[in-house]
Amino acid sequence: MTPLLTVEHLTMRFGGLVAVDDVSFTAEQSQITSIIGPNGAGKTTMFNCLTGFYQPTTGQLTLAGERGDFLLERLDGHRIVRDAGVARTFQNIRLFTGMSVLENLMVAQHTEQMRASGWSMKGLLGLPSYRRAEEEAVHLARSWLDRINLTDKADWPAGALAYGDQRRLEIARAMCTKPVLLCLDEPAAGLNHTESHELNDLLRWIKEIHGIGILLIEHDMSVVMGISDKIVVLDYGKKIAEGTPAEIRDDPRVIKAYLGEPEEEDLPDIVAADLDLDPGAR
Amino acid sequence: MTGLLAGLDGGKLLRHVLGAVLITFLMTSLIVGLELVATQTGLSLRPRYHIVLYCVVVVALGSAAVFALVERSWRLPMLVGVVLAALLLVPLLTGNLDSDLAFLLPFPVAPLNWLALFLPAFILMRAGQLAYASARPPAAAARRRELSRTGKLISMGLGLLLILAAFAFPVSPWGSRQLVDILTIVLIYIMLGWGLNIVVGLAGLLDLGYVAFYAVGAYSYALLSEYFGWSFWVCLPLAGLFAASFGIVLGFPVLRLRGDYLAIVTLGFGEIIRVVLINWYEFTGGPDGIGGIPRPSFFGLPFQANAPKGGGETFASFFGLSFDPYHRIAFLYYVILVLALFTNWFTIRIRKLPIGRAWEALREDEIACRALGLNPTNVKLAAFGIGAMFAGFAGSFFAARQGFISPESFVFIESAVILSIVVLGGLGSQLGIVFSAAILIGLPEFFRELEDYRMLAFGLVMVLIMIWKPTGLVSHRDPTIRLHPRGDGR
Ligand SMILES: Nc1ncnc2c1ncn2[C@@H]1O[C@H](COP(=O)(O)OP(=O)(O)OP(=O)(O)O)[C@@H](O)[C@H]1O
Ligand SMILES: [Mg+2]
Repeated sequence: MTPLLTVEHLTMRFGGLVAVDDVSFTAEQSQITSIIGPNGAGKTTMFNCLTGFYQPTTGQLTLAGERGDFLLERLDGHRIVRDAGVARTFQNIRLFTGMSVLENLMVAQHTEQMRASGWSMKGLLGLPSYRRAEEEAVHLARSWLDRINLTDKADWPAGALAYGDQRRLEIARAMCTKPVLLCLDEPAAGLNHTESHELNDLLRWIKEIHGIGILLIEHDMSVVMGISDKIVVLDYGKKIAEGTPAEIRDDPRVIKAYLGEPEEEDLPDIVAADLDLDPGAR
Repeated sequence: MTGLLAGLDGGKLLRHVLGAVLITFLMTSLIVGLELVATQTGLSLRPRYHIVLYCVVVVALGSAAVFALVERSWRLPMLVGVVLAALLLVPLLTGNLDSDLAFLLPFPVAPLNWLALFLPAFILMRAGQLAYASARPPAAAARRRELSRTGKLISMGLGLLLILAAFAFPVSPWGSRQLVDILTIVLIYIMLGWGLNIVVGLAGLLDLGYVAFYAVGAYSYALLSEYFGWSFWVCLPLAGLFAASFGIVLGFPVLRLRGDYLAIVTLGFGEIIRVVLINWYEFTGGPDGIGGIPRPSFFGLPFQANAPKGGGETFASFFGLSFDPYHRIAFLYYVILVLALFTNWFTIRIRKLPIGRAWEALREDEIACRALGLNPTNVKLAAFGIGAMFAGFAGSFFAARQGFISPESFVFIESAVILSIVVLGGLGSQLGIVFSAAILIGLPEFFRELEDYRMLAFGLVMVLIMIWKPTGLVSHRDPTIRLHPRGDGR
């Protein structure tokens, strides 16, 4: 079976800086593939290449989803979402803060809604076919609001929501575009312990119920180790390791990347704390 | 110096300013940098270096200040303000009134000049402060209030009352010729305000050349009727269509730009269209304009004293009335009233459609829009085209009402006035635009006797509104769609 996403020799240069350096990996359908690495490792840059915000210097990005095969590096940013079905969230949340929660989810369904409104003609005339389509869109939005417990606040301005709610709303908004691959950039950043647990459940639920692939950038090791099927580790733009959570937590190169050159004796505890392991496991 | 630039990315600032300067230089050297002079031997072009230089300096300083405001460094805008003021003051307050900038300070006595300088400076500072506040993310935007249920009912009632009053006015005892005439002008600006509101208020694109589309509409009707003899009612939709196509054609290369770049380029395009109208003498009549534009008829019945040459009825004879010029004035008033109400209906409705939501989303965050599969260029083009279409309608009405048009009616100050109407009304608010148009257009028309001091009063009103209601006269935003009926679930 061909993987959902195949990244081959992806390189992104900014002048002299090589932010992503010859990275290759694959991501499967119905799996959570995590991308970890220290700050500035090039994780967000890789997402930006995947979703068309940057044009990669070299490399090939193939998406083989149910909508067909696409070479992502050749598509415009908006077409990557619309045609290929790659949705994303942002490291610093980008909601439409002045618009209501429900409106945020409606904008995500723009392409379909636009077609249903006959490029606004049917909508202006108020034809029933458009009204039905709008009801369906609201229905989908509502089912997501129910799932993330925001139904009560549907008419609030998105900017008035608490931080954790905004994070979940952004994920729901990305899901409303009906993607085949969902790219999440540090969704657990700034969440408290309960909230990040809820997030774990949500991501697992999305993976199982919707059967889509999830690419996850995350610093919170409790999230990463808990839910990933596969982990890719970047450091200074290079892929230094790839494998299951169990393989990654024991990989000396990963430990080194996170903590610098180890002092053999007192290392394990610190590593354990950072990677959220129990010390006995080593 | 380093303290001044604290917290600023110098390279980014430099690129930003250089970009603005380059565009300004290219556009001003063509538009205002050349003067056509008649000499004994014929026409010749004379370069006006100082104006180009002046524009470039002002834009460079201005865009540096805007950049610093957005990046939240306060000292640079202050410094830029001082330099700008000095640039203005030194030549003018030393009494050198033949300079090209004399028009800025038209008064013979220094105190009045100081006042005239002070007012725009104050407006600019206030605008800067607002821009600064709006550049601050979430909290500010989220605080935009929603109307309560009673507030909503009141504003709907008020709107309905206004519409009824507007329809009844010409036949009421208060409906005098002068009043109806003034209201017709106010209504043109209300319609223009509503049209521009789509572009600026909803889609968040700063368009400083809106008057160009107004001109396209006016000239479309004037020329179509002159060359083909088509009637107003045939030309009205065509004028809208032409203006919309112009909007799309001009918008296509321009809409990739953002913020102040877009503003500069739309301003330039507005001027280019005017310059073309002036210089294409054989086609547009140049500065002489086009006269004898036919008035709209009432279902084929003209408003005139005597029956048309080929026989047939006039409005007065058909309804058995004695001829009265007031009929025509009232009829024109009703035409623009219906056109304006159509604009309003259209805007309210399209705001609740996917495209309307996309406009507002684009205004809030273009990057997020792209990440949701919206094509920003298309969404912006739609806003630009539709906004231009309404300007086209208004333009052709204007031509029909005046009976005579010339490029002088479509100068930059018109764009600025329409934009002020939209901004003062409270960006995106339909009712607010009615109030601000009434204040900004209606009051000066009333006080025509005061002549030049009108403009002073105009500035004063702007300042007062800015102080009293910094987010515009009416500023609230209702969601375009609700999950829970108003009043519960909040
Ligand atoms: N547009 C850009 N121009 C120049 N350099 C950039 C650009 N975007 C990112 N970089 C650089 O690329 C490197 C990788 O940045 P990136 O944001 O991808 O890191 P990251 O792994 O997401 O880090 P974090 O965990 O802090 O989010 C950094 O050194 C950054 O400065
Ligand atoms: Mg990042």
